[in-house]
Amino acid sequence: MPEEFEPKIVAFFCNWCTYLAADLAGTSRIRYAPNAEVVRVMCSGRIDVQFILKAFAKGADGVLIGGCHPGDCHYQEGNYKALRRYRLVQRLLPQMGIEEERLRLEWISAAEGDRVRVVINEMVETLKRLGPLRKAEGERAADLVEVA
Amino acid sequence: MKPKVAFYWCASCGGCEEAVLDLAEAVLDVAAAVDIVFWPVALDFKEADVAGMDDGAIAISFVNGAVRTSHQLEMARLLRRKSKLVVAFGACAQLGGIPGLANLTTASGVLDEVYRDMAVPLRESREDGATLTLPELFDAVFALDRAIPVDYYVPGCPPSTKVVADAFQALLRDPPPEPGTVLAPNQAMCDECPRRDRRPEDVKLARFYGVEERAIDPADCILAQGFPCLGPATRAGCGARCIKGNMPCTGCFGPTSAVRDYGAKALCSIASIVSGNEVEEIDGTLDGIADPVGTFYRYSLPASFLGGQAGNLPHGRQ
Repeated sequence: MPEEFEPKIVAFFCNWCTYLAADLAGTSRIRYAPNAEVVRVMCSGRIDVQFILKAFAKGADGVLIGGCHPGDCHYQEGNYKALRRYRLVQRLLPQMGIEEERLRLEWISAAEGDRVRVVINEMVETLKRLGPLRKAEGERAADLVEVA
Repeated sequence: MKPKVAFYWCASCGGCEEAVLDLAEAVLDVAAAVDIVFWPVALDFKEADVAGMDDGAIAISFVNGAVRTSHQLEMARLLRRKSKLVVAFGACAQLGGIPGLANLTTASGVLDEVYRDMAVPLRESREDGATLTLPELFDAVFALDRAIPVDYYVPGCPPSTKVVADAFQALLRDPPPEPGTVLAPNQAMCDECPRRDRRPEDVKLARFYGVEERAIDPADCILAQGFPCLGPATRAGCGARCIKGNMPCTGCFGPTSAVRDYGAKALCSIASIVSGNEVEEIDGTLDGIADPVGTFYRYSLPASFLGGQAGNLPHGRQ
């Protein structure tokens, strides 16, 4: 029987809100899908679009961005910068063959540990429905480096 | 003995060849200083002449164009073997260039689009007992350094005369530049923009325009006027020639050395100047950018992290 597809999620969480929420989820012993690898960044505004695209290129099936609620950014407006980039990159991804749902932005405050559970579980379900991002080797174009 | 130099073109438009000729009188100095042993666009040497040389006999090969056919790959490998240095010349060789936008589809997608309802050339045909073959068209377009190791890069679509002349100088210098160097200033295009002083301290835009939508003021910062000018994300060296032609920068010189994925960084720089904080407001502003890949990855899709259609392709530049 083929194993069920387990999507990989790279989650960029801001230091002041969403990372603390994930911490709270842990200390509260909230159970949720183990598919997300969390990368702590100081602010969602620090998330360069390069980080997102590199995650997809390196094998992530989904990318999750977590930041402070609007108005709550530790650095005043970093989360607005993240939002603007997110809205623009959402227009780029379908052109690259990446469904919009593979990238998600959520505002999760330090008090919302259970929201981390809900969002990650939802995302895992969505990604299982979408399937792996990359086709299997042999079904996609050959690399020149390998052609040699 | 004068050093031997070769020029070759892969998937390109010929503009890079023009860029060499644009050196005008200076091209004669180049011709006097070196022995040009191969240059299909201008001289009658053949592939077999190159194949007959000793390995490493050519001092520098300048290769422009992306790699998208089996013959281009063969030629790139041949020149690599015969040359001490290989220079990726121009945006297509450096980053994949305009032909690289084909990575949004596959080889058959390209052929269907171009030859729709027409005769499609056969890979192999027989004529008077001889078999004629066409090179294989790869499913993806590659920057030159995905096909062979590349020593230096000369950016631009095409490289500007100054960048070409400076690159020749740099290559003749002792010691030579660090391997892997992009032979152009490592700073943003804005730094050499004649409208630099007209750029407001803090650009905030509520609307973007296409160049076809309204006239561009010939004196003010083009970005501040609402046209997505990619100067802030693009390497200098062109002499701001598009700006001088009253058009926004489209990023042909690619990124500075601090950036790995040009389009992602250009996208960040444009998104960062959107004024709104609400989703609807932001989306309204972004409606002015009709084609994000075409805007931000016009010259660099094959060298990007994703490379194009993410599921279909081998990884881009890591």
